[in-house]
Amino acid sequence: MPDIKSFTMNFGPQHPSAHGVLRLILELEGEVIVRADPHIGLLHRGTEKLAESKPYNQSIGYMDRLDYVSMMSNEHAYVLSIEKLLEIDVPLRAQYIRVMFDEITRVLNHLLWLGAHALDIGAMSVFLYAFREREDLMDCYEAVSGTRMHATYYRPGGVSKDLPLNMPKYEETKWKSKKEVNKLNEAREGTLLDFIENFTDRFPQCVDEYETLLTDNRIWKQRTVDIGIVSKERAFQLGFTGPMLRGSGIAWDLRKKQPYEIYDLLDFDIPIGTNGDCYDRYLVRIEEMRQSNKIIRQCVDWLKNNNGPTISDNNKITPPSRDEVKEDMESLIYHFKLFTEGYCIPKGEVYCAVEHPKGEFGVTLISDGSNKPYRLKMRAPGFPHLAALNEMVNGHMISDVVAIIGTQDIVFGEIDR
Amino acid sequence: MTENLLNKISNKNLKNLFEDNFKNFSYDFENKNTVVFNESEKFIYIMKHLKENEKIRFEILIDVVGVDYSDFGLSEWNAKSANNKGYSRGITKDSSGRYTYETSKTHHNQPKKRFCVIYNLLSISSNERLNVKFYCDNDKNPSLPSITSVWSSADWYEREAYDLFGIVFIGHPDLRRILTDYGFIGHPLRKDFPLIGNVEVNYDLNKERVVYQPVTIKPRVLIPKVIRDGNEKEVKDA
Repeated sequence: MPDIKSFTMNFGPQHPSAHGVLRLILELEGEVIVRADPHIGLLHRGTEKLAESKPYNQSIGYMDRLDYVSMMSNEHAYVLSIEKLLEIDVPLRAQYIRVMFDEITRVLNHLLWLGAHALDIGAMSVFLYAFREREDLMDCYEAVSGTRMHATYYRPGGVSKDLPLNMPKYEETKWKSKKEVNKLNEAREGTLLDFIENFTDRFPQCVDEYETLLTDNRIWKQRTVDIGIVSKERAFQLGFTGPMLRGSGIAWDLRKKQPYEIYDLLDFDIPIGTNGDCYDRYLVRIEEMRQSNKIIRQCVDWLKNNNGPTISDNNKITPPSRDEVKEDMESLIYHFKLFTEGYCIPKGEVYCAVEHPKGEFGVTLISDGSNKPYRLKMRAPGFPHLAALNEMVNGHMISDVVAIIGTQDIVFGEIDR
Repeated sequence: MTENLLNKISNKNLKNLFEDNFKNFSYDFENKNTVVFNESEKFIYIMKHLKENEKIRFEILIDVVGVDYSDFGLSEWNAKSANNKGYSRGITKDSSGRYTYETSKTHHNQPKKRFCVIYNLLSISSNERLNVKFYCDNDKNPSLPSITSVWSSADWYEREAYDLFGIVFIGHPDLRRILTDYGFIGHPLRKDFPLIGNVEVNYDLNKERVVYQPVTIKPRVLIPKVIRDGNEKEVKDA
């Protein structure tokens, strides 16, 4: 046997499977990993510090940029924490819209995860399939907020505007003939809700497609089964939440256990794994997409039959309508105060968490009674997950590092903040 | 502790836990799930006990939040009362968004101690949350014992609080900076650290490498921080 000396290897920060700017210092013995030391912070923008210098509403847009593949879920936690301190009520229709978009976001996130994870460990085509459906959901974002990613759609007290009555449509170009455009626009003729309804009809078959490509695929199983096993006890110790915790067989989901908005009125199940390996976490996330689809459908059905306000009418917090501003002195004052100074929040401390696609996304908000947050701390689910990387990759091969980074669903926007 | 403070806790198990197990400790409930312990000598014992007691097991450490209270309740614009010159129009220049590294100023407006660490605990088995607060005794060199021996996830959280606030966690196995740059100076989330920062980097064509230089941007905060009447009252049940 030749003498194998251990050596150190640098991985990233520019590496296609590092999912952003992850720099890993790997200590290797042959091809086996002895220690992995993630160096993070290359995308640190000081969101928490910036938020301290702005009125509350101006930071909503920053929330989108935290976990930039599940934008609205981040906004949700932030907005919830403000609402909790202000003690204001959110209209029911707004709650349904929020839940619907949270679940759309979950599907968006899981699709990107699935595509990127599969691409990392050698399955090219899933990426293309996943982006096909992501495109449709991005269009929903666009229809409702005008932006495809950084929506800034949620507001303390509701959502910024009601669902639109038409969908953005494709236009004829020199690369797309009229016939193709008409086919693409077929589902986009009705309202946004019609389009989403149509999507929920199509989507389960799409998930079946991904599953035919992966679930029983021999290579996929070789790369994921028994890789990165985390026991229940370790999952607790390491602070796992979301699919990472459920993959280890713990039935914990904030949507069921500490329901916020209208999740307690909806019918859905929580999938859990048994072994806590990469394959189980894959199965959990696939099933979550199906369950999210179910939730989206229930929300669409409710929203089609029920109208109402989509934002609180407390004009100290939410802007009055344009018409009111032009006719009513008091509304004009509210409008002016809101956009020049914002609103003050009573002194207090609050922690609000949502079941984000990646785990528990929480916001700790400390207010000293002013119009700006005194301290805002985001609890990013990916942060403890990445901290556990060292433990998860220990004893595995280099190629498994990629599989484990993939299964953790790492996004640097939220980890580095 | 006195009866009425404990009455704030709605959960029976949590109440029992504090009545039976923390009888001899000095603590204070800020609201129904935030508790402040006034003694840091028994820190590890308290944390270990919260995790391993029979009544409510707080299995997961969700978050560790550092707080710098030195600017607490300070506003940049006095909107409350007028003097003989009318209402205040000036904006004070000494909040973190408005000064540079050279002109920075430390306030001491904290209600108790300057630095505080909030440990956010979650009990999966009994579906309960608890925020445990500890104030750091020393304002100049804030420190607390490390709880990496109790929850492994504390490792990175404590590194983060150290990096951003300069709170030293004694006994931490590897207390390096985590989010800021290699060789960074200062603790950016302290209130006396300027919003615009201290140094910036660019690529020097002559030296053919990346160089550090003092920041060239100017402080630019558009909306003053103001505290309006009626918001000083604290929300207790949030």
